[in-house]
Amino acid sequence: MIIRVFCAITLMLSANLLHARGTGDLGIVIERASGSMQIIETTGNSSLGRIEGLGDLSHASAVYSRDEQFVYIFGRDGGLSKIDLLDKKLVKRVMQAGNSIGGAISQDGTLVAVSNYTPGGVKIFDAGTMQLVADIPASYGDSTLQSKVIGLVDAPGQKFVFSLWDAGEIWVADLADRSNPVITKFKNIGSNPYDALITPDGRYYIAGLFGEDGMALLDLWNLDSGVKRILNHYGKGEQKLPVYKMPHLEGWAIAGRYTFVPAVGHHEVLVIDTQTWKEKCRIEVHGQPVFVMARPDGRHVWVNFAVPDNNTLQVIDTQSLSIIKTLTPGKGVLHMEFEPRGEQVWVSVRDEDRVAVFDTSNFRQITTLPARKPSGIFFTSRAHKTGL
Amino acid sequence: MTKVSLPVASMILIGTILMMNTSIADVSVARQTELVYLLRQDCGSCHGMTLRGGLGPALLPELLIGKSEQFLSTTILEGRPGTAMPAWKGMLNKADASWLAHQLQRGVQ
Repeated sequence: MIIRVFCAITLMLSANLLHARGTGDLGIVIERASGSMQIIETTGNSSLGRIEGLGDLSHASAVYSRDEQFVYIFGRDGGLSKIDLLDKKLVKRVMQAGNSIGGAISQDGTLVAVSNYTPGGVKIFDAGTMQLVADIPASYGDSTLQSKVIGLVDAPGQKFVFSLWDAGEIWVADLADRSNPVITKFKNIGSNPYDALITPDGRYYIAGLFGEDGMALLDLWNLDSGVKRILNHYGKGEQKLPVYKMPHLEGWAIAGRYTFVPAVGHHEVLVIDTQTWKEKCRIEVHGQPVFVMARPDGRHVWVNFAVPDNNTLQVIDTQSLSIIKTLTPGKGVLHMEFEPRGEQVWVSVRDEDRVAVFDTSNFRQITTLPARKPSGIFFTSRAHKTGL
Repeated sequence: MTKVSLPVASMILIGTILMMNTSIADVSVARQTELVYLLRQDCGSCHGMTLRGGLGPALLPELLIGKSEQFLSTTILEGRPGTAMPAWKGMLNKADASWLAHQLQRGVQ
């Protein structure tokens, strides 16, 4: 008996010891082809384990609970999975649609929203119980059509903002009263918005347009002034290259008053002046940009590219607005994620089944970790950033 | 109506099969592996890695019934103007596209 009690206490203690760590240096690496993800830590740059059985994770993304203990994964097959990073366990998995593209977590952390292609719309879940709270079909036209939804972000005031690919609309859903969402719709914002972002202060929502030149800008502090078109003349009269992969607008590459966004169908990064929302200049790059991401201090912007140039990364210096480094980490560079203060960056190299970690001050590779067809990398520091 | 004698028709048929086989045979086993990888990983960006659709439509065999191999391979090479489907002829040749179209019709292994 005494031995049993002793054993039980030892077990409890060791379980507590296992949990006696913070989560601020944790992150995940999506393994897109095998429906799995790795939990990693960035203090020693190591893998802590793998969670499997997460379905189709091609084009998966993730958001974190505010305590950084749980991660919510949005899978392509409509699966929404909640994972405990400390227990390294799948807590709950909901098949909430047939085909999904991404999601967001509300300002107060109590709601998780998912944007769906099939059926087109947004579903909102309780972050704790994973019960459905609201279903917002993206109906348009004579209301028999449902649009694919992209560019879903959270905004201050318990809002979610998203765009309708087929309809060319931006919707703002106010969930202050979660049982009674209030939707404000902005129509005719432009053809085929493909992705969107929100500024870190939560004020401006910008959707990129695939079907025409320019971007759609919504000032969330002044909803009454409606959606404004910016960069209207960008690319006009120029022959677009075939777009083998849609660019992403996740994150906000901002440095001083300038922001950096990928050009669609051009080997260029666009620099926008955020005071005037006019084009400052364009920077010629190696291929068609997919992710254009600023190091957290804003001094450098890292860019990766669509196939067939997806073996390369380029670094733009935001003072000189020129490329200062070209790296070739390997074939299939899909995503990058900076450590919270930016001294290292993690890069997924899909076709080589590994993740590479670079020192951002000298661009040297520090280490590489095996991963099965890695795609998205997401660190817990996202938990406290609007729009991520 | 022009009458075609049976032997001639057979020869045309055999010829067509030979041509088809030739174009498919033009794709080496190594290239086939590359093409399936490209199909799943890169076409998969829009059509889904399992080809069940995404921003672009699903490409499962049962959904492609009634669409000819010619139509599919032309779509791959030339894209579909006015949609997000790009022309892949910068990366793929005709033999590649025919082989991919054929795989899509019978279901990718």
